[in-house]
Amino acid sequence: MAKKRIISTSINGDSVEFLAAPRQTLLEVLREDLDLIGTKEGCSNGNCGACTVILDGRPVDSCLVLAVEVEGSEVETIEGVAPTDGLHVIQDAFLGQAALQCGICTPGFIMSTKALLEENASPTEDEIRFHLAGNLCRCTGYDKIVRAVQQAAEGETN
Amino acid sequence: MASVEERQFRVEPFPGGTPGNQRLVEEGRLPEYAVVGTRPIRHDGTDKVTGRARYGADIKLSGLLQGYVLRSPHAHARIVSIDTSKAAAVPGVHAVCTNADLPSASHRAGDLGEGVVDWYHLNQNVLANDKVLYTGHAVAAVAADSVHVAEEAAKLIEVEYEVLPPVLDVREARSADAPVLNDDVRTDRQPVGEQGDTPTNVAKHFHYEKGDVDTAFAAAELVVEREFTTETVHQGYIEPHTATALWSPDGKITIWTSTQGSFMIRMQVAELLNVPSSKVKVVPMEIGGGFGGKIAVYLQPVAAVLSRMSGRPVKLNMDRSNVFDATGPTPGSYMKVKIGVDADGMITAGEAELLFEAGAFPGSPINPGCMCVFACYDVPNGRIDGYDICVNKPRSNAYRAPGSTHVALATETIVDEICEAQGICPVEFRLKNAVKEGDERVDGVTYPPVGMWETIKAVELSDHWQSPLEGPHQGRGIASGFWFNFGGNSVVAATVNEDGTVSLIEGSTDIGGTRASISMQLAEILGIAAEDVTPTVVDTDSIGYTDVTGGSRTTHATGLAAIKAAEDIQAQLRQRAAILWDVDAEQVEYDSGATLTGPDGQSIGFQEIAGKLNQTGGPVVGRGSVNADKHGGAFGTHIADVEVDPDTGKVQVIRYTVVQDVGTAIHPSYVEGQMQGGAAQGIGWAINEEYYYGDDGRLHNASFLDYRIPTCYDLPDIETIIVEVPNPGHPFGVRGVGEVPIVPPPAAIANAIYQATGARLRSLPMSPPKVLHELLAADQ
Repeated sequence: MAKKRIISTSINGDSVEFLAAPRQTLLEVLREDLDLIGTKEGCSNGNCGACTVILDGRPVDSCLVLAVEVEGSEVETIEGVAPTDGLHVIQDAFLGQAALQCGICTPGFIMSTKALLEENASPTEDEIRFHLAGNLCRCTGYDKIVRAVQQAAEGETN
Repeated sequence: MASVEERQFRVEPFPGGTPGNQRLVEEGRLPEYAVVGTRPIRHDGTDKVTGRARYGADIKLSGLLQGYVLRSPHAHARIVSIDTSKAAAVPGVHAVCTNADLPSASHRAGDLGEGVVDWYHLNQNVLANDKVLYTGHAVAAVAADSVHVAEEAAKLIEVEYEVLPPVLDVREARSADAPVLNDDVRTDRQPVGEQGDTPTNVAKHFHYEKGDVDTAFAAAELVVEREFTTETVHQGYIEPHTATALWSPDGKITIWTSTQGSFMIRMQVAELLNVPSSKVKVVPMEIGGGFGGKIAVYLQPVAAVLSRMSGRPVKLNMDRSNVFDATGPTPGSYMKVKIGVDADGMITAGEAELLFEAGAFPGSPINPGCMCVFACYDVPNGRIDGYDICVNKPRSNAYRAPGSTHVALATETIVDEICEAQGICPVEFRLKNAVKEGDERVDGVTYPPVGMWETIKAVELSDHWQSPLEGPHQGRGIASGFWFNFGGNSVVAATVNEDGTVSLIEGSTDIGGTRASISMQLAEILGIAAEDVTPTVVDTDSIGYTDVTGGSRTTHATGLAAIKAAEDIQAQLRQRAAILWDVDAEQVEYDSGATLTGPDGQSIGFQEIAGKLNQTGGPVVGRGSVNADKHGGAFGTHIADVEVDPDTGKVQVIRYTVVQDVGTAIHPSYVEGQMQGGAAQGIGWAINEEYYYGDDGRLHNASFLDYRIPTCYDLPDIETIIVEVPNPGHPFGVRGVGEVPIVPPPAAIANAIYQATGARLRSLPMSPPKVLHELLAADQ
């Protein structure tokens, strides 16, 4: 196996250095080496969005990013979303709208929603559904997730 | 009481929901509860929106090894030899196991709550012995320092196969010259209980008959008989299967896993490893979806064996292709169904022949399929034959109302044809024929009070039904469905804390908000807030035996246990107040405002007396243990509007309403969520989900890209109308919610496609190539 490399990056605002083998995905390093288990693995090939993180402002499937690629980047995971004094407006909206059942897809949806609302503060329902189409949920039928995103958008613009 | 036809109903918004969340209300009848029917924030919500909730794969233990399972590339083959020596020699490998490392199993039946297993077959499914029966069938497993080492080592295991021809279709599999999967399977004829005497793929044959079927068909005004096929589909939970095991030197085995039933995992692990169940502790992690597919063991016993061999804890995770290849699915089917009606549009007779894929080993939901096929209607004369047939696909498992979705496609589209032929509105036909209390199903069960009629009434009164379609190539269909629901064993223990809150422990794993629905029932009885209850799901050493979270049973049965625990607390608090006031406990009342009152005007609130428990005899723990058997069956009726692209055959669902009798909605948001989520799965099953096999028996679409479940861009808003016909078997009337909503969608959509295009689809999925083929055929 190829030797590990030292990677310097920012995760949730903290400077982090870690060792990664070239074959390791960002998802594997987050979960296995950095104990950031809030990012979930659903398919390991970019189909389900459960592992969505925000990389330099863009939502990405962390299972499709090699860990060595994040050298010098800023990574944001579900663990970095809530402020110190409570929950983020998106998290509050997901709770208030009952937009989760089993909850395994929820971190990925929240990260995709955060990226959407940072780019477009008042999306239409069609824009919400289009933007979130890379995140699969098998429990909810998406209706309450869309309501939560709408509530979060209203909360953010108020 | 007035007959149901004379009662007055209206559809109105369900308080606290969005405009698309409605309910059917009967004039003069609205239940009054303080907590039940409200929408508190779920207790485990914050952990789940912050990433702190720990699911199956999130467990970390010191010295943890990672494993990899080697799987069969063949659909049907005899294993000639397995040589694991090269894998075992790889640096970093700590253990390699095969079926030879499992204790030998014998033919005995085990009840897993949502289906029966033969322990011998389950042993063979966990690790193949002399034959592999589907691509992805587990053959050997490796534990190593990392998953990458384990995977590379597993690829060095040399397996010599003698490849055999596979059989994938139920009709072929039951023919006399089909390859037989299991030498030990004989046809088990039920309910008579006769056993066949030659090896066969037909594992079971159920036969039910009521009335004089042949005479009734001969006298019928109109008889419609049609054939249907459906493909194998998967539950599609987002969390892959995972198990971590530690076989301790003291003989205790601890399993951390995500499962619908920790006690079912305990039973299966104990049975397959031949240890007493008391030696197995199952720690249920949060579960990322199950839908019936996370009850049977796959990885758990294998991880335990690798732990015993290595002396270290071992974690095994499936990847997504493993999940599709080797778990789930629910069967594909062939069905022939016939219904006769009289000149007034009343059903006089029904007949069904149902062939379900068992997969590699016996155990499809064919019996529930038989019992559901005519369950929505009063069918005076009926005959049903159902067959459970082994094919070279993964061993089938429960999936949300197992068996009922298949048969609803048949019955509900035939009903639609009859309505058209007789010029009857589909709503009117269903109102006339709907089962009511006292009607007898073809399999001999007599209905208690049920809400089938009320779901149709709600459809009739809905904005959706009353709104016209707006464009070309659009159509609207309705369909109904039934599921039994279940009761079963549940235990709850609830401790009163000194600050006036209650800590509740339960054995039901929480897949979709049941911590909230259980806590709310305890809170309702005690007169406290749902937020003042802290629910925790605990391991198998910490609570009494509790059946699976399945069968739509948890809010009903574990709710009953919570109600009993609350009543136990009330009784104990009355005794404590009696001590404080020096009166008899019988003289103390517990009123709904959480206040205890004495015979001479004494009064003390729940919170205050909670602070005085240590002075009056010590902590108070309420206990509730039930084996519930009065679950009410549930019905749903759905309205689907579709638009069909005439050039491509693509079906787009443009409006959808789920109407369902839930008995009583404890937490309406999560009831609506079940209705919406079940409908979404049914829509996926209807339009595009299928296992796509090559002739060699290899699954060609074992990924979420190719086995495409609906995304949020595929679906419309899913409107809900909650119907509440209380179940007399539960103090609040709970029936159960989770399963019915998957049943009607394929039939409702097929009926809508017919209205839009004139083409009758009788084969799932109704994907573009199939729809286009039917459109072109209809044109000619």
